[in-house]
Amino acid sequence: MSLDALRDFYLTYQSVAAFIGLNGLLALSVYATLSCGQLSLANAGFMALGAYAAALLALHTSWSFPATLLAAALLPAIVAVPLGLPVLRLHGVFLAIATIGFGEVVRLGFVNWDFTNGAQGLVAIPQRAGLASIWLCLGLALFVFWRLKGSRPGMALESIREDEAAARTMGIDTTRYKLSMLALGAALAGVAGGLEAQYTFVVTPNGFSFGRVVDMLVYAVVGGTGSIFGPLIGAAFLTVLPEVLREVGPMVGLPPGPLRLFVNGTVLLLVILFLPNGIVSLPSRWREWRSSRRSARAAGAA
Amino acid sequence: MLLELRSVERVFGGLRAVDGAGFALDAGEIRGLIGPNGAGKTTIINMISGLLRPTGGSIQLDGAPIDRLPPHRIAALGVTRTYQNIRLFPDLTAADNVLVGMHLVRRAPLWKRMAFLGEAAAEERASREAAMGLLSRVGLADRAAEKAQNLSYGEQRRVEIARALASGPRVLLLDEPTAGMNPVEVASIGELIREVARQGHSVLLVEHNVKLVMEICHRITVLNFGRVIADAAPAEVSKDPAVITAYLGSER
Repeated sequence: MSLDALRDFYLTYQSVAAFIGLNGLLALSVYATLSCGQLSLANAGFMALGAYAAALLALHTSWSFPATLLAAALLPAIVAVPLGLPVLRLHGVFLAIATIGFGEVVRLGFVNWDFTNGAQGLVAIPQRAGLASIWLCLGLALFVFWRLKGSRPGMALESIREDEAAARTMGIDTTRYKLSMLALGAALAGVAGGLEAQYTFVVTPNGFSFGRVVDMLVYAVVGGTGSIFGPLIGAAFLTVLPEVLREVGPMVGLPPGPLRLFVNGTVLLLVILFLPNGIVSLPSRWREWRSSRRSARAAGAA
Repeated sequence: MLLELRSVERVFGGLRAVDGAGFALDAGEIRGLIGPNGAGKTTIINMISGLLRPTGGSIQLDGAPIDRLPPHRIAALGVTRTYQNIRLFPDLTAADNVLVGMHLVRRAPLWKRMAFLGEAAAEERASREAAMGLLSRVGLADRAAEKAQNLSYGEQRRVEIARALASGPRVLLLDEPTAGMNPVEVASIGELIREVARQGHSVLLVEHNVKLVMEICHRITVLNFGRVIADAAPAEVSKDPAVITAYLGSER
């Protein structure tokens, strides 16, 4: 491959790599609450807060790029606390519904706010985010989750996921831990929003619809929530899949349009059906399958 | 008095599950809490550990009321428990279950771990060793790496005891710790409870195995229909006519 071809490849696919990073951050933001057993779907709302905060600061102030990202993380994290105190008393589907409600309130708030041009949103935001900054943020997030695992608070989170009442009688302040993870997830979604705003230079309320948080959840679940790399792998897989279908589709006579979405959905369904613990469980599933075949063969030979 | 219950009451709808029960627990005492099914024993354990709030009366630890505190605060004051219907963290290993039980005694803050400070690693190693020590005390050192859900019933009960002991509680509430165990296992749990009490911990033991209760308890409280019908040393309790009636029904 010549240097020119490499450059072409980079120019063509750098945005795909950037979106893998952004979606990876969003998947981790959902994983934060899932890791202590809470299904919170407020993250599109948190992302919107971060995106608008960063966009407004970038448009109207001289704040540096890192400072806008810090604000994009802090604002949703602060909002998460008063939101979490009442809603984290809820469990399962009730928590999911309450947090979806929050996301919709945020979205509709921006639709009706003239200062941010309502449904048209903000445009011409300076493009200051790029591959490096996106993947640096993702790397930081992964680092935090990696060090959390197995630590005292990390063990507490796992115990809350397994049995909340039992965790409480072990002296674990479950409300505090659940609230912390909601705030951490909010901060990650906010950073992703701040990065996206300054990468695509556009922010519109409809970019933070219910569908967006479903995407985040699907990344995390398809990748697998048993490992911190699961959500990242899920985000990468589902970001790349439409691109692959776009490239490969014409070669195998698959016309553009709804049929591609159909294939996309079918692949998703197959992963969920055959890899219930996500794509990260593929190596262990493969080893299991191999060893069971080997023992079957050994039994046949004997 | 380390732990004292004064005319504690708990009403569920129209049912008075606990109806003015009271007793006290001294430091280092093993107290049996027995009674027919539905007498209110587990309800009392749930109230002491804070999972249920009494609808009347008071529960005091060292003379201070604890009946309005959330469960994690009560645990922090030194009261831990096991569950009649085992409640381990099924997907965690036996060792990790005990490690969660050490939550209250582990100290190294998270930022030190994030910064790779040796102190955090040393604390973690020490905690893991302590967890292994507790598992060997209940005879499960060789099962430490097994997931809790894969352990046998008796093994799970023993992990629960190790987990409850992990924070060094002053009061240990055991809700039928020997249910489903064979006589050899029961004897070893009895010895373990004695040892725990000798170290100055108090034990409240809800148990259906009358032989074990008679052997190891200093005093026994007998409940029936949420009321205390006897509170005495084992030898007296077994002769008490009210207790015999509650267990066997009256003659006629």
